[in-house]
Amino acid sequence: MAEWFYRFCQNLGHPLNTRLIKLGFACRFLLAILRHTPGILRRPRLLAREIWFAGVLSVLIISVSGLFVGMVLALQGYDTLQRFGASSSLGILVALSLVRELGPVVGALLFASRAGSAITAEVGLMKATEQLSAMEMMAVNPIARVIAPRFWGAFISMPLLAAMFSATGILGGYLIGVELLGLDAGSFWSQMQSAVDFRQDVLNGLIKSVFFGTAIALIAVFEGYDAPPTAEGISTATTRTVVTSALVTLILDFILTAFMFRGV
Amino acid sequence: MKRGLIDFWVGLFVLVGLAAILFLALRVSTVSGQPAGSSYTITATFDNIGGLKVRAPVKSAGVLVGRVDSIDLDTERYLAKVTLSINQRYRFSRDSSAEILTSGLLGEQYIGITSGADDKMLQDGDAFKITSSAIILEQLISRFLFSKAAGDHEATPEK
Repeated sequence: MAEWFYRFCQNLGHPLNTRLIKLGFACRFLLAILRHTPGILRRPRLLAREIWFAGVLSVLIISVSGLFVGMVLALQGYDTLQRFGASSSLGILVALSLVRELGPVVGALLFASRAGSAITAEVGLMKATEQLSAMEMMAVNPIARVIAPRFWGAFISMPLLAAMFSATGILGGYLIGVELLGLDAGSFWSQMQSAVDFRQDVLNGLIKSVFFGTAIALIAVFEGYDAPPTAEGISTATTRTVVTSALVTLILDFILTAFMFRGV
Repeated sequence: MKRGLIDFWVGLFVLVGLAAILFLALRVSTVSGQPAGSSYTITATFDNIGGLKVRAPVKSAGVLVGRVDSIDLDTERYLAKVTLSINQRYRFSRDSSAEILTSGLLGEQYIGITSGADDKMLQDGDAFKITSSAIILEQLISRFLFSKAAGDHEATPEK
């Protein structure tokens, strides 16, 4: 019995312990990134390259997905709203759901799979091929030269991509609602304008995407930096980036939504 | 990819991102709430506010002039005390009245102000003297039904 209990505690403790150690390392890692941030301002070219890598290359998937999500929302929303004779509120439905939730959240999920996994694979491969060690040998700090620009590139890209997602989604909703289903364009826009508040809805959505961007950027560079330097290690690290980012995004989304929109 | 080209694309990316935010700000939403200092507060007490919510619009002749700031229960008289934040541009005479109205049959509730004819204007912190409460649909229906039932009873001929 005592033996069994000891084993039980050991089994309980070991995974928890490794995760705690990992979490602590991630926090220390974030602090190191922040400490090496001023160096990026001296070399904006590095940052530009990472914004190109994380942001510009994600624009296509983000805007096409946004367009289709908006069009689906308009079709589904119209189907439900017309039962209550409220089909003219379609603009409000599309804009609010995109700006508050779908833009930041789906944008973050797409960003994690498109850019986060790429960052992890890149950093992990740099570690596996000992490029990071080589940099240290040349007295170049890999955190300042490799990690921090990637972190900030992803951090800056995320809110812009979320805004693009929402904007193209609303245009998609407009296409379906006004051009296909024949709603009045004027009331579509004016009802949307009167119901969507800039501070309450748009700004809160952007704040959400800033949080998601921080989380995804940190997870991506950390998993790459922490990956075992083998082919298998890189593949599991890439998978973990996508899975962890998705989970963290959804959990953070719940917490932020509870703070922002709990009603009066 | 050449460096100049990367810079070009990054610049374009940031520009498009900011344009998207601008689109959301200007075309999709409105910036509500006046900056502080450009509004003044007036209180009004109602018997029953129905479903009035904080930040509900305050309208006069259908024009938006302010928002509901806070709703409280006055525990001395057990009336609802509603604080209205009114745009500085609009002034109302002292004998103006406030009533709680509903936009449409099922729409949101708002406060309508009907201006009076007094020369003196309501100042910051003043209260509306004349108010009328929200119409509670259930009360109306039950009153109608009970009166109808009572009427029917009297009108029923004896067998």
